[in-house]
Amino acid sequence: MRTINFLLVKEFKQIFRNKPMLVIIFMLPVIQLLILANAASYEVKNIAFSAIDMDNTPYSRELLSKFKASTQFDFIAMYPSEDMAKEAMQEGTVDVVLHIPQYFERNLQKEKKSKLLVTINAINGSAAAVENIYVTTIIKDFNQAVQVDLIDSADMSQMPKKVNVIPLFWFNPELDYKTFMVPGILVLLVTMVALFLAGMNIVREKELGTLEQINVTPIKKHEFIIGKLTPFWILGIAELIIGLVIAKIAFDIPMVGNLALLFLFATVYLLVVLGIGLYISNFTETQQQAMFLAWFFAVIFILMSGLFTPIESMPVWAQFITEFNPVKYFVEVVRMVMLKGSSLSDISPQLIKLGIYALLINALAVWSYKKVS
Amino acid sequence: MKRFRGFVIKEFYHIFRDKRTLVILFGMPIVQILLFGYAVTNEINNVDLAILDKSRDTETQKIINDIEASKYFKINDMLDDEGQIESIFKKGQVKAVLVFGPNFDKNLVTQNSADVQIITDATEPNVANSVSNYLSSILQKYQTDINKAIKVPYQIVPETKMYYNPELKSVFMFVPGIMTVILMLVSAIMTSISITREKELGTMEILLVSPLKPYQVILGKVFPYVFLAIVNAIIILALGFFVFKMPIQGSYFLLALESILFIFSALSLGILISTISETQQTAMMASLMGLMLPTILLSGFIFPISSMPVALQVISNIIPAKWFIILIKGILLKGVGITVLWKETLVLLAMITVFIGVSIKKYKIRLE
Repeated sequence: MRTINFLLVKEFKQIFRNKPMLVIIFMLPVIQLLILANAASYEVKNIAFSAIDMDNTPYSRELLSKFKASTQFDFIAMYPSEDMAKEAMQEGTVDVVLHIPQYFERNLQKEKKSKLLVTINAINGSAAAVENIYVTTIIKDFNQAVQVDLIDSADMSQMPKKVNVIPLFWFNPELDYKTFMVPGILVLLVTMVALFLAGMNIVREKELGTLEQINVTPIKKHEFIIGKLTPFWILGIAELIIGLVIAKIAFDIPMVGNLALLFLFATVYLLVVLGIGLYISNFTETQQQAMFLAWFFAVIFILMSGLFTPIESMPVWAQFITEFNPVKYFVEVVRMVMLKGSSLSDISPQLIKLGIYALLINALAVWSYKKVS
Repeated sequence: MKRFRGFVIKEFYHIFRDKRTLVILFGMPIVQILLFGYAVTNEINNVDLAILDKSRDTETQKIINDIEASKYFKINDMLDDEGQIESIFKKGQVKAVLVFGPNFDKNLVTQNSADVQIITDATEPNVANSVSNYLSSILQKYQTDINKAIKVPYQIVPETKMYYNPELKSVFMFVPGIMTVILMLVSAIMTSISITREKELGTMEILLVSPLKPYQVILGKVFPYVFLAIVNAIIILALGFFVFKMPIQGSYFLLALESILFIFSALSLGILISTISETQQTAMMASLMGLMLPTILLSGFIFPISSMPVALQVISNIIPAKWFIILIKGILLKGVGITVLWKETLVLLAMITVFIGVSIKKYKIRLE
């Protein structure tokens, strides 16, 4: 126990001595949380909209004014020709072009049917789909107004049947992305700090040659590993506390569930992340190698965690890989506990899996650490 | 010049001797782009759904069959009462519950309308929104089917054309983004580490007292990485082209030129980081913690920049990745040339100048 104590004192001294590092460990995540949480939104707003009006009649102008009045669209310009609109789309100044053909009004009145052409920049497929829904909704509303205007009330008897769809969004009725993203980004920041620090730690001693000095002392393997894990575990928890305070104060994220549950989970989670870091550290020779490996896993963990894109959308084999991704479990649990108020029994599957993970990876880290080179 | 050549050769030896780093360096982008190209997608597939059907008549059964037949949804559970909804959401078992009120069929016949509720777990707003939209469109289709006999006059029929990506594939959005993230980080981390490594191990002193000029030392250190990054870029582009069928509409020459330009901007950023950090640890934490999330989140890789708050749109301008993503999407998907992309190109050039300029200012040729 005394040995571990000495090791801890040494580690903390080393951490707090390095001032630029402290800034990076504590300031950078805070700044990033504050800034990036605002960026991470799939909401489609300020759609760059333009139109070509070949008809120029009361109807066509009325339709255009509907688009101009809508909050989702930013009206950029009217283009006199198809070519100019296409050019603007290539330059990236507009994303949606509404083409009202000649005789739009006349066709509607005389032939009781009229066409419109909508062009959408679909490089971002999911945004394009949403933009399409917005456009068609406006056109549909306009169409209904026209129908009410033109159809005799006598014809109204033969009305079509209607299925009223009532969408309800539970736990987050305003579809606020911050509620969704802040807990997730918080998880990432805690993870990155813990993983990178732990990943670099032992290998740094190796590279600088100080590891040999420790190896010739009577310190036991597990004491050494515990001495290396504990400081970063404490840093990780501190990071989480700071992040939660920011989430509450700056973003007013609801915390429905039991925070103790969150910290219980974080405890186990950090053991897994630190274990992975230490294992990487044992396995590599230079900090450069260690960092590349840590980075490799960090990117995979982040992009396959269900934080930004849903896991259900992945192919089955990729979903299977996510089972080995600790970040996935923490992201899930943070959202469950904070936003839905899930209980211990709700999150127990994740907790058990992560517990086993922690045991295995740390056993591996202790086992792979060799005192003799 | 001969001295410089010798120095570059030494650097190459250093890199090629370290087999593990080489494997990571080239293996990693391949694994990542393959993995993410398939896995990172916003398309909705096989979403778990529960149904609370209080009518249990032929019409609701018809709708349930329609939903089951679509590839978007899997019916996970049939509920008996409202009380169960909250608990299955809390377990995270399903993303949405479809609720039919009582007498669905009867209401449809007698009152011409019937209600359906779509309750979604909006802790994931994006999924909730998409699920809600997809379910509505299935219901919409059902509605059109039962109304086939009735013809409504004065219809406006919008016809939508999806430019550049008619099938709305997520891959077209994500592959350029993944390329950018990989190139950015690999280049910036590599250079920043290799220079600070010399500082930390004390060998920088030896280089500084050698007859090589300081700028030659830096150039010599960066040169091999330019080479490696270009090879990486080629591998990534080839994978995008052959595996993910990313079209290359524009000119290959411009693509190569812009890629090299971006690599230079990433490398010069790496040099900048290395001049201001003393240890490899600081350099790495700065380049990883400082670059990774902004490159993923503020570049337009995943989230559209135009939807961000104005302040963030301004900040996003200093992210080199943002400009490269515009460039690469323009060249690959839109097929536009330098006449359209000159602005983005100039921005990257300006960034390189600033990074290098600041590095020269900050570069210490003496020891403290």
